[in-house]
Amino acid sequence: MSAHHSRRFIANVHGWLLLLPAAVLLVLFTHYPVIATFLRSFFSTPKGARGSVFVGLDNYRQMIEDPIFWQALTNNAFFAVGTIPISIGLALLMAIWVNGRIAGKSWLRLAYFTPTVLPMIAVANIWLFFYTPQYGLFEQILSAFGVPSHNFLGSKDTVLACLIVVAIWKEAGFFMIFYLAALQQMSPNLAEAAAIEGASRWTFFRRVTLPLLMPTTLFVLVNAIINSFRLVDYVVVMTRGGPDNASSLLLYYIYEVGFKFWDSAYAAALTMVLLLLLALLAVGQFLFMDRKVHYR
Amino acid sequence: MKLAMRVFLAALGLFLGAGLARAQTEISFFYPVAVGGPVTKTIDGFAADFEKENPGIKVKPIYAGSYQDTIVKALTAHKSGEPPVTSVLLSTDMYTLIDEEAIVPIDNFVATAEDKAWLASFYPAFMANSRTGGKTWGVPFQRSTIVLYWNKELFKEAGLDPNRPPATWAEMVDYAQKLTRKDASGKVTQYGVQIPSSGFPYWLFQGLTTENDAMLMNDAGNEVYFDKPGVIEAVQYWVDLSKKHGVQPAGIAEWGTTPRDFFEKKIAMMWTTTGNLTNVKTNAKFDFGVAMLPSNKRRGSPTGGGNFYIFKKSSPQQQQAAFKFIKWITSPQRAAQWGIDTGYVAVRADAFETPVMKQYVAGFPPAAVARDQLQFAVAEFSTHDNQRVTKALNDGLQAALTGTKTAEQAMKDAQREAERLLRPYK
Repeated sequence: MSAHHSRRFIANVHGWLLLLPAAVLLVLFTHYPVIATFLRSFFSTPKGARGSVFVGLDNYRQMIEDPIFWQALTNNAFFAVGTIPISIGLALLMAIWVNGRIAGKSWLRLAYFTPTVLPMIAVANIWLFFYTPQYGLFEQILSAFGVPSHNFLGSKDTVLACLIVVAIWKEAGFFMIFYLAALQQMSPNLAEAAAIEGASRWTFFRRVTLPLLMPTTLFVLVNAIINSFRLVDYVVVMTRGGPDNASSLLLYYIYEVGFKFWDSAYAAALTMVLLLLLALLAVGQFLFMDRKVHYR
Repeated sequence: MKLAMRVFLAALGLFLGAGLARAQTEISFFYPVAVGGPVTKTIDGFAADFEKENPGIKVKPIYAGSYQDTIVKALTAHKSGEPPVTSVLLSTDMYTLIDEEAIVPIDNFVATAEDKAWLASFYPAFMANSRTGGKTWGVPFQRSTIVLYWNKELFKEAGLDPNRPPATWAEMVDYAQKLTRKDASGKVTQYGVQIPSSGFPYWLFQGLTTENDAMLMNDAGNEVYFDKPGVIEAVQYWVDLSKKHGVQPAGIAEWGTTPRDFFEKKIAMMWTTTGNLTNVKTNAKFDFGVAMLPSNKRRGSPTGGGNFYIFKKSSPQQQQAAFKFIKWITSPQRAAQWGIDTGYVAVRADAFETPVMKQYVAGFPPAAVARDQLQFAVAEFSTHDNQRVTKALNDGLQAALTGTKTAEQAMKDAQREAERLLRPYK
């Protein structure tokens, strides 16, 4: 009896010791910062000799009255809605395309994956020149068709759409890899069986391929949503949130408040909103999407 | 044998070096790079030369990215208790650094008559952004003003005198109209002028307000005047260049690609920093000129660029060493060399009297334009809570330029926001 107990105890200690390194890192770099940020959001920003004092919900009240916060949030919503469905759809399309038997498919796969490998800052600088009025790549193409000149990044109406295009271009290839891996796992028997039954390709795709890809889709979707809130490198390079905040995204605004205005308390409050938003989205996805996902 | 000897000598060198370093005062020095050219090499060269002349001091220059990156690194380091001893940061960050209690006044180190003469040698226009409340907080180093670059070839094609830049606002519009070209379908293929408006439009805008004899802020940095008639007129002039006259591309013009637009002959005149002079000189495939900005009620431009600051949380010994280094690097010869290598304006008059600078200016007269403009220059826009107040102005300007607000509405909104931000500093 006691021998059994002590064996279990040792096994437990063993288990915890194995978990320890990862747990320490997680607590130190993930959980502690979250809690510290949460607490900081209830204090004022220390300025020189004036220390930090408890201000309750003042930072959150300021947020509600801050038009730039609301604009950044709205922009981010449009940005997410604009990037996620298209990049996932495109990824699926590309994966099916390069999964087929076509000549030079390795090269095609490589080509699709290239945007993911390139460093974002370099890429943003290249896109900056694509969008340049008058002699940029797009202007040259459009002017060949007689379309009048347009200042893509310099106009409030088009700047966000331009960033969405860059994000889709950057993300789709990355998601394609996951779909491609899933497609390669799929047994060819299924296709043969469907062919014998006389199912059309579309029916096969809709009734067999797509449901089997659902776990991948969930994974990709979670990543896509996180990325739509997390990636702001190209905002810094291409627009700096302008013109007049038309391309300011939530994380970029947090950066501005924290490291340009040095208002760390307000930045902490904004960060809490971002965290809450992502947490809600993640929980929602796993709860509601899980029902539609069939794991094998 | 030879190899063993070398290894032994290297080890000995390291050992002695480490021993010496302990006896030395080490000063870390953060600096940004904001223009093209081999700036890092020049700085490292300066540091090495200084160490040679001052064996007791070791200078550790650390390239810290853009101006924005550098202040983020310096202030974060300050908050964690280990700031650089000295750093080059924007002259406009002075109030922010004072409010964070990150820096000490330069006056603390000015002891001898020679020190006083040194501090008095800088152009007064540059000192305007380096002093407040009767104290000097920064030492001018890489400073600039806005100038107008024009393409002489395109002037000739348009029937204008290629050696005569526009001198007034009205003339600039007139020239720009002659320089704007359309193809058969009515599409503009070449614009007359471009004043960049991305990122920090407030700086170029301050050129316009100064020329319209309007001030944007007070000396104490706690009041702004965005909604005064003179300021609104200046916004209107800028907006009209695109909207009414159609001589400037519509919407926001990107700062970074403006020189490129100029090289590609898509614009015939551009406003940009003198810091781009070396860049334009290298890359323009045509004859170009550099002029002071055109005047309306008066001539004028804000100054810009970076100052040296000394940080509070370093030891008195380090601060003294940093002061010595700053004095050394801003001596006439070095200031002249720095100006020639980069295009920045040498920060003191006697730098232009050095043989090397005289020779440079004689061969390349545009190098003196920014200096000549200094007598009309004003302090760059800077207030308490600087970045936030500046953002209010930038947002207002971009709203007016993109046509979402009228000039008047945009400036009234910016004024209201700035007043709210500045209330704690009255």
